[in-house]
Amino acid sequence: MARFRKVKEFVIEKLIFASGIASIIFVALIFIFLLREGVSVFKTTSIGDFLGGRFWYPISDPPKLGILPLILGSLLVTAGAIVLAVPLGIGAAFYIADVAPVKIRHLLKSCVEVLAAIPSVVLGFLGITLLVPFLKHTLGLPTGLTALAGSIMLAFMALPTIISISEDAINAVPREYKEGALALGATHWQTLTRVIIHGAMPGIIAASMLGIGRVIGETMAVMMVTGNAAVIPTSLLQPVRTLTATIAAEMGEAAKGSPHYFALFAVGLVLFLISFLINLTADLFLNRGKKR
Amino acid sequence: MTHFQTPKNLWQHGSDENKYMKKRTVPAVVLLSALFLSGCTSRRPGDNRASASLQIKGSDTMVNLGQAWAEAFNKLRLEVNVAVTGGGSGTGIAALINGTCDIAESSRAVEEKEIKQAAGNGVTFNQEIVALDGIVVVVHPSNPVKNLAMDQLREIFMGNIKRWKTIGGPDIPIVLLSREVNSGTHIFFKEHVLRRGKKKAVEEFSPGALMMPSSFAIAEEVANNENAVGYYGLGYISPRQKVIAVAKDDRSPFIEPTIESVRINAYPISRPLYLTTNGRPSGLVKEFVDFVYSKEGQDIVKRTDFVPIR
Repeated sequence: MARFRKVKEFVIEKLIFASGIASIIFVALIFIFLLREGVSVFKTTSIGDFLGGRFWYPISDPPKLGILPLILGSLLVTAGAIVLAVPLGIGAAFYIADVAPVKIRHLLKSCVEVLAAIPSVVLGFLGITLLVPFLKHTLGLPTGLTALAGSIMLAFMALPTIISISEDAINAVPREYKEGALALGATHWQTLTRVIIHGAMPGIIAASMLGIGRVIGETMAVMMVTGNAAVIPTSLLQPVRTLTATIAAEMGEAAKGSPHYFALFAVGLVLFLISFLINLTADLFLNRGKKR
Repeated sequence: MTHFQTPKNLWQHGSDENKYMKKRTVPAVVLLSALFLSGCTSRRPGDNRASASLQIKGSDTMVNLGQAWAEAFNKLRLEVNVAVTGGGSGTGIAALINGTCDIAESSRAVEEKEIKQAAGNGVTFNQEIVALDGIVVVVHPSNPVKNLAMDQLREIFMGNIKRWKTIGGPDIPIVLLSREVNSGTHIFFKEHVLRRGKKKAVEEFSPGALMMPSSFAIAEEVANNENAVGYYGLGYISPRQKVIAVAKDDRSPFIEPTIESVRINAYPISRPLYLTTNGRPSGLVKEFVDFVYSKEGQDIVKRTDFVPIR
């Protein structure tokens, strides 16, 4: 009987180990696959021409495979989304965690969860029917299909992540800090801005980074509202084409084994590296928070 | 974005097999692998009468047309499930090469590289023209511009003419709307208008052209934006956009795109629409293609605003 239990435990232990290690294996396999398919593009286009090229004409002969406009497009839309979502998200997190009465807190938390559950294509649909014409008319633009429209859509998508993780970080600040500050005569506002925010900072930064990670990989809503013109953007008020939208729009057509096909994998590789870097930074901040 | 009809029989077929598997696993596995193997050797979808389903895939321009054909065909052959999906001409042809559809709808002829790829998979294309389509250039109804020559269109879509004022409109910027590169309409417009019919020329759409995911998206943006100019198939014409009359060159008259002007080849931007099959049509595929050529099939072409060939 004891022996059976030992065997059972051994098996269970190995199974758990396998499930734990599985995600690592999957990430490694995905990376290897992207790398294997992606690097083939450098047989026809140099790395400099690929990353620094200003023109994206993938189906021409010979194809022009410069992804600089796409990288800048992705970064611009993401930057816009961060500027909108981070202050709003952190403000909301402070309100929910520290200021709101219990009833409102529960209501707000469920609202945030609902926001997280809205499919991005639905947001994109709202964007194209409401936001895009609104932007065009209020700002007097030639077209409402702009980077700004994408940023606003993405800000909506990043908010739930930023709010819930920031809120956890704020709640994790030891109660004594707050009590100590209040006991020393600090007002609620002073306690928030000078004490709690310092304790929660690593978590808040991590929350923002994870929000950004969500944003840069988002495809559908962005594709619907940004206009998808592969130009090097100079302002938020002009159309841009993102890395994700390019893959989504063109993968179905690309002939397998063509430079276009490999280039799309290389675009995927670039995206993978960007989001990997963002997650890594988030992890560093989260860990720094724990060590304190 | 794409219209979709589920092949009902296929799904039911699948779930029946699942039930069977639970009861008697081993014979079911043998049966399944036999099915799988036979599927591999005789990769000729369409003459498999038992499944009685037809997968049609391809050009977004032709989705509505294909669906109308499918519905009418279904009335003649009740037991057959016809599924029509879009995705672009290239997507349909790729699916035909991979054996995931029986008929590819395309708004362009198959390309050299696709023929090579198909040969590698043991697929030989058989393309037949089943209808004609005019590509219509549209602007906002408030735009005073109503006539454009091919060369003007070329300059506009290459981004060399940047304001409506240059071609007799108000002093506002031109917003270019194009389809994505997976669209047969995009490729046709580029080769026919920008490159003046020379496939190997180097002209491109202006990088500032907005790439719209569907003809519907172009129609919407043109209807709401007085700066916009876009193009789509004849079938999408509606009062919410204004149609531009096009002249072949300086000496030719401006021709409105209509069924009549496309049929007599007077309108300069028109193209044939194809059904592509693997080899000569046989079995169910042949029945469908024959139906498309029949009077009823060609009436449907006319009803969906394309131009019949007979």
